[in-house]
Amino acid sequence: MSNLLADGGKQLLLGNEAIVRGLLESGTGFASTYPGTPSSEIGNILEKISSDAGLYFEFSTNEKVAFEVSAAAASAGVRSFTFMKHVGLNVAADPMMTLAYSGVRGGMLILSADDPSAHSSQNEQDNRYYSTLALLPMMEPSTPQEAKDMVAEAYRVSEELTLPLIYRTTTRVNHARGVVNLSDRVQPVAKGHFDKDVVRFVNVPANARINRKRLLEIYAKAAQMSEESPLNFIEGDGDIGIITSGVSYTYVKEFVKGVSILKLGFTNPLPEKKIASFVQGKKAVIVVEELEPFVEDQVLRICAQNHIGVPVYGKRTGHLPRAWEFSPDTLSGIRDIVNVEEFAKPLPASTVKLPSRPPTLCAGCPHRGLFGATKKAVGSKDVVYCSDIGCYTLGVQPPFNAADFIICMGGGAGAAGGFDQSTDQKAIAFMGDSTFFHSGVPPLVNALFNNHKIVMVILDNRTTAMTGHQPNPGTGRDFGGVTTDAIDIEQLVRGVGAKFVETVDPYDVKRTTQVMKDAIAYDGVAVVISKCPCPLELKKRKMLEAKRCVVHPEGCIKCYTCLKTVACPAIIKGKDGSVSTDPTQCIGCGMCANVCPKKTIEVIR
Amino acid sequence: MKYTVQIVGVGGQGVLLASMVLGNAAMEMGFQVAMSEVHGMAQRGGSVLSTLRFGDEVITPLEAVGNADMIMGFEPSETCRNIHLANEDSVILMNLDPVLPSMVAAGFEEYPEVSDLVDSVKAVNNHLVTIDATSLAIKAGKAVAANAVMIGAVAALDGFPIPKDVLKDVLGKQVPEKFRELNLNAFEMGYEAAKH
Repeated sequence: MSNLLADGGKQLLLGNEAIVRGLLESGTGFASTYPGTPSSEIGNILEKISSDAGLYFEFSTNEKVAFEVSAAAASAGVRSFTFMKHVGLNVAADPMMTLAYSGVRGGMLILSADDPSAHSSQNEQDNRYYSTLALLPMMEPSTPQEAKDMVAEAYRVSEELTLPLIYRTTTRVNHARGVVNLSDRVQPVAKGHFDKDVVRFVNVPANARINRKRLLEIYAKAAQMSEESPLNFIEGDGDIGIITSGVSYTYVKEFVKGVSILKLGFTNPLPEKKIASFVQGKKAVIVVEELEPFVEDQVLRICAQNHIGVPVYGKRTGHLPRAWEFSPDTLSGIRDIVNVEEFAKPLPASTVKLPSRPPTLCAGCPHRGLFGATKKAVGSKDVVYCSDIGCYTLGVQPPFNAADFIICMGGGAGAAGGFDQSTDQKAIAFMGDSTFFHSGVPPLVNALFNNHKIVMVILDNRTTAMTGHQPNPGTGRDFGGVTTDAIDIEQLVRGVGAKFVETVDPYDVKRTTQVMKDAIAYDGVAVVISKCPCPLELKKRKMLEAKRCVVHPEGCIKCYTCLKTVACPAIIKGKDGSVSTDPTQCIGCGMCANVCPKKTIEVIR
Repeated sequence: MKYTVQIVGVGGQGVLLASMVLGNAAMEMGFQVAMSEVHGMAQRGGSVLSTLRFGDEVITPLEAVGNADMIMGFEPSETCRNIHLANEDSVILMNLDPVLPSMVAAGFEEYPEVSDLVDSVKAVNNHLVTIDATSLAIKAGKAVAANAVMIGAVAALDGFPIPKDVLKDVLGKQVPEKFRELNLNAFEMGYEAAKH
């Protein structure tokens, strides 16, 4: 597999791996994140190699804190790197907007991993607008090789401008894989010194006004650097021009013939003069970019200001879509204007009715027990399930249907308070352990403060599971030469003043059901901690005990309570109606045995 | 020359590892390589698709619908779900051992007859190669070696531009030492099965 500490040569690297290598070739001394797809692998790799590479890395409690620790490091002159998924930057936007005023001394990159098509996200927001909102320079690589190479250039620009730089990627860059030629590693400088400068780093109103003007001056210099940047270049000839960036460039490059391409890598500020001279004299110009018309609208403005009457095609003309990621097929939208390669005729969709296969909670997932118990405890009561971001989001699927409202990290518990106050429905919030530390404490405090009578269930599976099992404050840290104690969720919850606090083992579905009944009936804030480690994590650590559940058919009355309650994919209902377990999937958690009214399911070691 | 393989299956079947082996082999051959993978939420037992493209002048990690030279299908219903990625000239490799979706296991939905799935592909494409990869892997020693069986089968398919010995060599390098022999045996079994 890949070896990111290698001395040179070429390797087949994931975009995220290439980015890590870029850090190692740039002497980055400090990195921080809160995990989120499609950026998560960067953290997983740094967790493993940061010690050997000589840089400091941490999983921070949320993106805002991740941003702040990296901001401090860069202010002290250490090259820093903070990375997150697109919606994570919303959480970190507060410090970002004002750090732009202060700027940094060592280079600082803010990686925003956007997710067009929302493969693993709740929206497909286009974070390029953050660069114009914060007045920060931005770069966008197109391929894994560029994702590595551009890191060094990004640090150079960040330091020359003394501003943090937004390094914007998308899923098809982060999760693309390609041949990457490595350069030499640069020894990181992990320690700096913070030289005080009150006007610059203390943004009280009087200083903020000064820094605002200072930022605008630097921004003008950034525009000049963009004009001269080798990352914005023209290739090919033709009287039709295509302006493109990011992964969209690869589709144009490979499948459109006979055009002149202006490829943008330094995408904020845009090189306005370069764009004006590129458009001038063309028969037409097409802007090919995913999501919003970020470049297109600016090209239209640049044309207007320069009195250029060349038609500009793209999203505003309806030739290219605004929703969802592009693929080579998307280019069919501009086939009338340019020469797009012909694609083979696809086979028709299968005539056989295929079973659906959505992502699902794993066999033996403790969340199944918690959801099964909750549904039973709720019965026919009118409740609103306020869920959150994590594996337990999958509770939305049948038979649980245990998600009525999901917006963002930590958002479920906050909304639960609002539903409690504004309706007569009982609000039940589900939240993971990592999410609780990310943004679950403030809504809990809010519910206590304002007397919102919610049930808050913390699904503590002892890891940040969905993004690939990262540690969180509830597990403590043990990597990179730093060891810390786990923070006890129950103590924390009691510490802020919750009176109803119960910790349950969700594999004991019966007891969990009783506790959920009590929590729902409680006249106040009720916190239930559903504590059981993620079996996938145990498997990874080789700590999963070898057990399995066996159904004794003679005792089975085919009531299907097991299927209806925990709906574990390891329980199989045969065509004859019999119930059995799939030995390749079953982990012997015993949830099905716990709910079997005839005690005919046995856990065998 | 350009060649595209669409690797389809179910999260946990080893689609990613297979794409890594084919991709590294393509790199060994001196080709340009562009791949795209599915990570994150979709992996939790859902359908997964990995695109591998290699050749001269290849830069795009995604392929147009219908443009695949090969579908490497780890699971019969997933092969059919993605059949539109292929055209009538594409080679289609299909593992015949189903992985039941949770709603099928629980009796809420039905899994079609595998023979019907095979026939539906045959009706539109003359280049279908079927294989019992999971059964062969169990014969070789472990069900998880179905991966290696599938890679061996790819080596035997008409027109695949990477020679068998290169694929086998890369596979050997990518699996842990103690499972090397098992995987290489599974590879050979896949090769033989697909050849006949």
